[in-house]
Amino acid sequence: MKSFAELQAIRDRLKTEVNQRESGEGDTRIVVGMATCGIAAGARPVMTAFNREIEVRKLSGVKTVQTGCIGMCRLEPIVDVITPDGKKVTYVKVTPEKVSRIVNEHIVNGNVVDEFLMKE
Amino acid sequence: MLFRSHVLICGGTGCSSSRSKDIFAAFEEGLKTQNLDSEVKLVMTGCFGLCALGPVVIVYPEGSFYSKVAPQDVPEIISEHIVKGRIVKRLLYSETVKQDGIQSLNETNFYKKQMRVALKNCGVINPENIDEYVARDGYKAYEKAVTTMTPQQVVDEIKASGLRGRGGGGFSTGLKWQFTKDAPGDKKYVCCNADEGDPGAFMDRSVLEGDPHSVVEAMMIAGYAVGSDQGYVYVRAEYPIAVQRLQVAIDQAREYGLLGKDILGTGNAFDLEIRLGSGAFVCGEETALMTSIEGNRGEPRPRPPFPAVKGLFGKPTLLNNVETYANITQIILNGAKWFAAMGTEKSKGTKVFALGGKITNTGLVEIPMGTTLREIIEDIGGGIPNGKKFKAAQTGGPSGGCIPADLIDIKIDYDNLISIGSMMGSGGLIVMDEDTCMVDIAKFFLEFTVDESCGKCTPCRIGNKRLLEILDKITSGRGEIADLERAEELCQYIKDNSLCGLGQTAPNPVLSTMRYFRDEYLAHIEKKTCPAGVCKALLKYTILPEKCVGCTLCKRNCPVGAISGEVKNPHKIDQDKCIKCGLCMERCKFGAIVRK
Repeated sequence: MKSFAELQAIRDRLKTEVNQRESGEGDTRIVVGMATCGIAAGARPVMTAFNREIEVRKLSGVKTVQTGCIGMCRLEPIVDVITPDGKKVTYVKVTPEKVSRIVNEHIVNGNVVDEFLMKE
Repeated sequence: MLFRSHVLICGGTGCSSSRSKDIFAAFEEGLKTQNLDSEVKLVMTGCFGLCALGPVVIVYPEGSFYSKVAPQDVPEIISEHIVKGRIVKRLLYSETVKQDGIQSLNETNFYKKQMRVALKNCGVINPENIDEYVARDGYKAYEKAVTTMTPQQVVDEIKASGLRGRGGGGFSTGLKWQFTKDAPGDKKYVCCNADEGDPGAFMDRSVLEGDPHSVVEAMMIAGYAVGSDQGYVYVRAEYPIAVQRLQVAIDQAREYGLLGKDILGTGNAFDLEIRLGSGAFVCGEETALMTSIEGNRGEPRPRPPFPAVKGLFGKPTLLNNVETYANITQIILNGAKWFAAMGTEKSKGTKVFALGGKITNTGLVEIPMGTTLREIIEDIGGGIPNGKKFKAAQTGGPSGGCIPADLIDIKIDYDNLISIGSMMGSGGLIVMDEDTCMVDIAKFFLEFTVDESCGKCTPCRIGNKRLLEILDKITSGRGEIADLERAEELCQYIKDNSLCGLGQTAPNPVLSTMRYFRDEYLAHIEKKTCPAGVCKALLKYTILPEKCVGCTLCKRNCPVGAISGEVKNPHKIDQDKCIKCGLCMERCKFGAIVRK
């Protein structure tokens, strides 16, 4: 037999997951380039790392989305972070190690991680 | 681990019958071979609503709505969309594809005007997984009710919400709860009517298939409010998926300690059982339904006493319909004010309709009360296919009536529908175009009630039979003007004297078509023609000599050899031999055969 507290624990644990099934407006979207070039450069572990961060930090309204090749294959894995205000920031050569800083500094605290941006 | 993608596959009855289970299996296998099974979550959900486009697959987070998916399309969806993020455009629902990309499903005409309350979880969660229901604030309403409200406060909240019975009658749900609560008795029952019998209606089935826990939770709340520890869900055996998922839900709730004695340590007791109906229409009537649960032959009995006083096993019983229950948890969680803010003055909240008949988007829609019929048909329903004209909509099934085309701007609510001679009913909405004969439709529904009459009372058993005979006479070209009067009088007798709702409402389709489409009845009787070209006995196929080129195609195809004529000369149909099958007209390449 469960208790009300245990039901609440299930709610907390699964809410982020089930809410991924709503295409809500006002979400922050993390767009990962997952074309052949992106995958070859290691986009999958990057995407997985983002998902793990979202889960660990119980971030609501943050979603990872895949996209195709945008032409700068040499800079893959490329990740766009689009905040609810419509601003798009593009990170290049992202690795799983860079992910937690992007999530922590940019998505949670609103400070773009300048050193991971395209330097051109 | 958070899944990066959720693939939702519709497991409602419609999509299941077009092989959505095979699609699920194909995804399972494909994801495994690509080593994606730990990153992508597969979910078999309830109905999404757009049954016309089934089987439906939705991939989140993009929200790509794939329609008419076949198992052989699955490898492409996996390798393109899931692996590379390239949406498979050819399978997308055309309305979601815009020139500058893809628009959200909520922006499409079908979903834009809908408001999902009773169907909140349908097509979102896996109905066989209680945790997913819990994650969507499931069983929170029960917690709120038993820990912060007294039973009377729960009843007051339902009363204040203005919720009315969604099964058809439209009686105040709060009052019903109050009557059952106030009725003296040591044992009380809470029942759920899931014996959805109207032809073309499938709202209750979809709720049970897509979100069974919402009904379980609502019945627990009802049990707490009226003081009952035993509930029964009466559901028809023809709904195997609904029955199975409801049973799974009940078992899971029991395992979690949500059903049984001392629920979650609160000291409250409540348990639920399923009772299967064998598909008799009359068992949807409340007194017959309870008689059937008791194990007796499903026959109604006179009211009063009402079930709230003397119902199941002679004890006070609360009986609500599935969709009514599906609203309860939302009212408790969001408050009566929130609910009462939706809808019209006397009809609050939303209503689920099963759209069927001659309409592009057949399926399940939930709209706020007060939406016009025009919005439902033209915007949500996507209009009438093949450029035909809208003629009438039928609501309320065999107990309801027609809404003719000139009343298309009527705001749908309980009282407006009654004022024009129809009724809300349980929510079947059948759309008819210019090719539908209204006399034939009235006959169709009456045939249904004659078949389903239990035979206990004479007005229904014999009256409806005689009424059907009059309609039969009219549609076969033997009608007289006096028949109309006779039929009207008979209708009134049946309505006034029948024992239960089945008989009392059976003449409604006849009365309402006679009211709005009298000219069609007159055409059948006086001119012996069927304007819509449906009633076979009144049809005549003729060949237009000026258009016929004498190709002999019709002659060769006629199954009874009724067509004669020489090559390159106009042909002729022998009316005595013709069986009016219409094959010749279908085959003629020159439009030379007409039906009048």
